[in-house]
Amino acid sequence: MKITQGTFSFLPDLTDAEIRAQIDYALAQGWAIGVEYTDDPHPRNFYWEMWGNPMFDLRDAAGAMTELIACRRAHPQTYIRVNAFDATLGFETTRLSFIVNRPAVEPGFLLKRHEVGGRQIQYTIESYAAQAPEGQRYT
Amino acid sequence: MNEKSPATAITGATDNTGATAITGAPGAAAPAVASDRVDLDALLSGSNVTEVLDELDAELIGLKPVKARIRDIAALLLVERARKQVGLAGGSPSLHMSFTGNPGTGKTTVAMRMAQILHRLGYVRKGHLVAVTRDDLVGQYIGHTAPKTKEVLKRAMGGVLFIDEAYYLYRPENERDYGQEAIEILLQVMENQRDDLVVILAGYADRMETFFRSNPGLSSRIAHHLAFPDYLPQELEEIAERMLETMQYRLSPSAVAALHEYIPLRMKQPHFANARSIRNALDRARLRQANRLFAQKGRQLDRDALMIIEGEDLRASRVFE
Repeated sequence: MKITQGTFSFLPDLTDAEIRAQIDYALAQGWAIGVEYTDDPHPRNFYWEMWGNPMFDLRDAAGAMTELIACRRAHPQTYIRVNAFDATLGFETTRLSFIVNRPAVEPGFLLKRHEVGGRQIQYTIESYAAQAPEGQRYT
Repeated sequence: MNEKSPATAITGATDNTGATAITGAPGAAAPAVASDRVDLDALLSGSNVTEVLDELDAELIGLKPVKARIRDIAALLLVERARKQVGLAGGSPSLHMSFTGNPGTGKTTVAMRMAQILHRLGYVRKGHLVAVTRDDLVGQYIGHTAPKTKEVLKRAMGGVLFIDEAYYLYRPENERDYGQEAIEILLQVMENQRDDLVVILAGYADRMETFFRSNPGLSSRIAHHLAFPDYLPQELEEIAERMLETMQYRLSPSAVAALHEYIPLRMKQPHFANARSIRNALDRARLRQANRLFAQKGRQLDRDALMIIEGEDLRASRVFE
């Protein structure tokens, strides 16, 4: 099951040339670029690992692409996303966030129905991948 | 706030690769369709590079060998572009450079122009200049240097990285100096990401020579060694006039004569730094002019009085003692 999170996620995966063009667009807007990765695909997981610090003062996408390629080489079987931060409000706001790498196999989610008082049902989802301990998922 | 949303940006994805679109990626079928004739004149006028080169000639005085070399490089890049249009793949030429010359001979100014020229010729994508020194590249403790150097390199990508006084990177007296680490990272990027940035190393001629001798790997990766000659007295006079023009001052006839005498005298003094010394001399003359005007209180000053530097303003210099 293809995870759809962030911008462009309903499109086919972006090629490197398209990713580069998106980063160039973000840089042209004066945004900073950050690369993050995770092996926990739950939509409520906001705490992705940072691949180095966000890159400020870049002028060209080549610098960010270098980092992205290095991150892919180190973590090929994880989700990697590119974030673009806008500082015009006085603090960094995410203006653009899209997935640029995903594991080869994405097992998807289990829907759990939890019965509570009065036959009421609470729904929750759980990633099959996240049942394995961290670092052993998607291997 | 933004007229163009990220979602529409994707449609422009192909536009952003403009630099490669111009050169026309030599695909399998494309060169066969493209004519085997290239109009160099059209390429030249299309790149606006002549304007930058003429500007360089007009605004920078002297520096004949440097200007000639820049013209050579411009010609090379244009021909390279023409070759690509007819499907000849030569691999992009290496354009890393070293600028050697005495203080104040215009190395930084030329580097700035170089970034513009390379941008017009489509060799670098953005054409900005990142000027750094040892402090920006070398860290203070183990593990600090690599991220620091890489960050500077990333910032410079798409443009020109100008390393001033590059010989400070290498400190032979301390074998554990982190400068060596910075040099190694630099070498790697200079070799592997030639399309992404141009590195210019600058410094005084004698010390650069020792630096290159102790780092042969660096020297062999630099294709263009540009030597900046010292200015002649007459050129320095022209430079002084040009500087005053931009500062909106004028020399009185007596000041012109004083400057004519001043320059050869100043050149004999220790720590003479070419154009920079002239700039400092003019700044001091402005100071004295202000003092002189202040001493004549009670007088109405007209525009000319505020603009003109008199001979006495220059002759008060200690060079004349």
